[in-house]
Amino acid sequence: MLGYTLRRVAGTIPVLFMVSLLIFALVQFAPGDPVDMLVSDEATEEVRLAIRSAWGLDQPVYVQYLTFLKNAVMGDFGQSFRYREPVMQLILERLPASLELAIYSTLLAVAIGLPLGVWAASRPNSLVDTVGSIGGFFGISLPNFWLGILLILLFAGTFNLLPSGGRETWGLNVERVTGFLTIDAIIAGRWDALWDALRHLALPVVVLGTNMTGIIMQITRASVLENLQEDYVMTARAKGMSGRVVLWRHAFRNALIAVITIIGLEFGTLISGAIIVETVFAWPGIGYLLLQGISFRDFPLITGLVLVYTTLFVLINLAIDMIYTIVDPRIRMG
Amino acid sequence: MTENLLSISDLAVTFQGAPDGAFAVKGIDLAIGRGEVVAIVGESGSGKSVTAKSIMRLVEFMGAKIVRGQAMLSERAGGATDLLVLDEARMQEVRGDRVAMIFQEPMTSLNPVLTIGQQLCEVVVKHRKAGRKEAAAIALNALQQVRIPEPERRLKQYPHELSGGMRQRVMIAMAILCKPDLLIADEPTTALDVTVQAEILALLKTIQRETGMAILLITHDMGVVAEIADKVVVMLRGEVVESGDVHAIFNAPQHEYTRRLLDAAPKLSARLGCGPQSIPEAQAHAPDADTSKPEVVLSVRNLVTRFAVRQGMFQRVVANVHAVESVSFDLREKETLSLVGESGCGKSTTGKSIMRLIRPNGGEVLLQGRNLEGVGASEMTQMRKRIQMVFQDPYASLNPRMSVEQIVAEPLRIHRIGSPTEIRDRVFSLLDRVGLTRAQASLYPHQFSGGQRQRICIARALALNPKVIIADEPVSALDVSIQGQILDLLAEIQEEFAISILFISHDMAVVERVSDRIAVMYLGEIIEIGPRDAVLGAPAHPYTQQLLSAVPIVHPDQRRSRVFAARELRSPIRPPGYRHETPPMKAVGFEHYARIA
Repeated sequence: MLGYTLRRVAGTIPVLFMVSLLIFALVQFAPGDPVDMLVSDEATEEVRLAIRSAWGLDQPVYVQYLTFLKNAVMGDFGQSFRYREPVMQLILERLPASLELAIYSTLLAVAIGLPLGVWAASRPNSLVDTVGSIGGFFGISLPNFWLGILLILLFAGTFNLLPSGGRETWGLNVERVTGFLTIDAIIAGRWDALWDALRHLALPVVVLGTNMTGIIMQITRASVLENLQEDYVMTARAKGMSGRVVLWRHAFRNALIAVITIIGLEFGTLISGAIIVETVFAWPGIGYLLLQGISFRDFPLITGLVLVYTTLFVLINLAIDMIYTIVDPRIRMG
Repeated sequence: MTENLLSISDLAVTFQGAPDGAFAVKGIDLAIGRGEVVAIVGESGSGKSVTAKSIMRLVEFMGAKIVRGQAMLSERAGGATDLLVLDEARMQEVRGDRVAMIFQEPMTSLNPVLTIGQQLCEVVVKHRKAGRKEAAAIALNALQQVRIPEPERRLKQYPHELSGGMRQRVMIAMAILCKPDLLIADEPTTALDVTVQAEILALLKTIQRETGMAILLITHDMGVVAEIADKVVVMLRGEVVESGDVHAIFNAPQHEYTRRLLDAAPKLSARLGCGPQSIPEAQAHAPDADTSKPEVVLSVRNLVTRFAVRQGMFQRVVANVHAVESVSFDLREKETLSLVGESGCGKSTTGKSIMRLIRPNGGEVLLQGRNLEGVGASEMTQMRKRIQMVFQDPYASLNPRMSVEQIVAEPLRIHRIGSPTEIRDRVFSLLDRVGLTRAQASLYPHQFSGGQRQRICIARALALNPKVIIADEPVSALDVSIQGQILDLLAEIQEEFAISILFISHDMAVVERVSDRIAVMYLGEIIEIGPRDAVLGAPAHPYTQQLLSAVPIVHPDQRRSRVFAARELRSPIRPPGYRHETPPMKAVGFEHYARIA
């Protein structure tokens, strides 16, 4: 197990290297001079040169890349042009907000999509199945921004039940430990803060989780249905196992393998796909940060964020592969 | 007459979506006495499997409906219950307890994510309300009863860690856990090698004697029937056409279909000396000692193919699967040489290595004197014209999106032979030759039966006028009566087009029928090679003898009591740098050689 994990972790290094090269090249080819973003229009040529050499932009491209790579390995992606703060610090401040959103959305999607999918598969072409499938397609097809704005109008506007955006009410002053507000509130024993965090999470989690709920439901349904046709299900029935045991112990256990793949892939897209939801709900996460970075041509920020996204994706895939080895005994760690 | 354990009367089953009155089983009657072994025999589509699954009421999960009939199962306490009217909950109490079932495919019939122990214990827990410990003890006992080596270890293993034969033993153990009165075995040995089949049949017989349970055996194989059945029921298109005592059926079959089944059943006649001898006919084109030897078309010299097993942090090669180990033989003009052996012996890999579908690690393949090793890509394309292949599964080896005409024409197009009209004429004449009509040229593979598909495959192989055809288990996927037709067709085209055939098969009876010479493979090596009658009649190598003794008998009168210990198939996985020590080939007769010390 350890050897397998180490080998997989080692395997991520070339991926990150290639991505760093790609993103560095993209930034190089992007139109416009980053110095323009740093100085005012009236700056003299001397000032521009000074800044150029201060930021190392007068060096040959490969030297710039190697410097960037050396710093990046040590977790230093440089200074953000716009925020004038270290990029890594900016990302670390906002990453927990995005992760918290993605994790709760995934939990919601799994909690609803999985049982619904199994239920639909156990009664194919029944009312449950038909209604569930139509609902699932709705979930997959609804555009995030539209659903978000609609829910804000309804629950924050008309009913005035939930906050329309942001992560927390100003001035609660809970000590930051993990950056996950729900967990920090529990650590501090501040139940008012926990309630506040959950109220802020409710709408964005529902919006972000809707797509995934639909997808998980459809995949679970298809996968369970397929497994119900397998020979070993016939064996289980011939042994006198009840419908419930056949469904959950036999078919579902096997169907889970396909479902886990989708959960992993979708979790990754939730983190990156949160850009729209974070914008709609003014959620201070890395998606929102990326949007800011792009609009201000903040190259160090963009580069840092892309590398962080890549690392997250790679780590999620690694975690999924680890879970496979638990769920499916046929996958050996050799 | 024993009291009937199960009496089926007027059972009729239909599938959903089938036209009205189209029954899969058309009102059959069937009786099984206590402790009896009853075999239902028939070809695919005869309704034999549907009948078995109707008794278990499993057909209802397959989209079928029992329309009418009764299946009275006598209770241990006296009286009888009609299984066909029980509700699902009561039926679950019967399944696995009073009536148990084993299936054809041991590879897929066990749940891959649960351990053997978990899958055995749940049966005991369900039917005996046993605790965990008690269930494990009963499971262990059942594994011992099916003679599995190291039963304690098996409980913790997963299905993929066991061979096919072992898995079928586990299935049998699972079925006998609750000491059922009736065991339904649906083609229990069809997917297994011949030696493993013999083991499993012997085991079923032993357990049946030990426990006194009745067995309902579903099979298409008359050899299996001859080995084990007391009574035989012959089914054809959903109806029982004949039933009776096994000796009566074999000695004096009444129905014409039964006679056909018995005739079509491949039998190993030469060695056992019964039934019509087919030797004279074969000797007509067997090489004569005094005439000059026919030309060697394909010559294989010291062919070696290995697959690396990689492991560890740096994917080091920790072992090699020695799939083909210095295999040498000559294939002569118009000759059929059979490669026989059990799964995993390397016979298919040998065929693919000759075709270069797998790259061999060493050795030479000479086609009409030209060494295929080291020829360039364009020349290899030319060489491929002269050597063609027919595969085992006619369902998988035809592109479902191409019409028959496109399929048969494809080799001609690839090699740019002829104008479109010439290609068309050639396709039509090939289809004529293999017994298909021109009208069928525009149809697609799914519109054909298995036998017809294999005919298409043969037409495709013939398109380029090859000198050699490698036929890899060409009839294994077909019903017995169809097998005969395809084998006849192969013999005809061999004669007509002067083709040499390398025939790869695990079925000794088929091999006996088609071969001029036979090569027996074991663990990647040819351990015996010689003229058919010599190898079958006077096998020199102990493994050949074992293989032949496992072949099912052809008549119930020849039953012998055989006891087989379960064995794991030895595998040809060797450490790197392993040097194989094997006895050299020794002449034991005219052109008959064996690796014996």
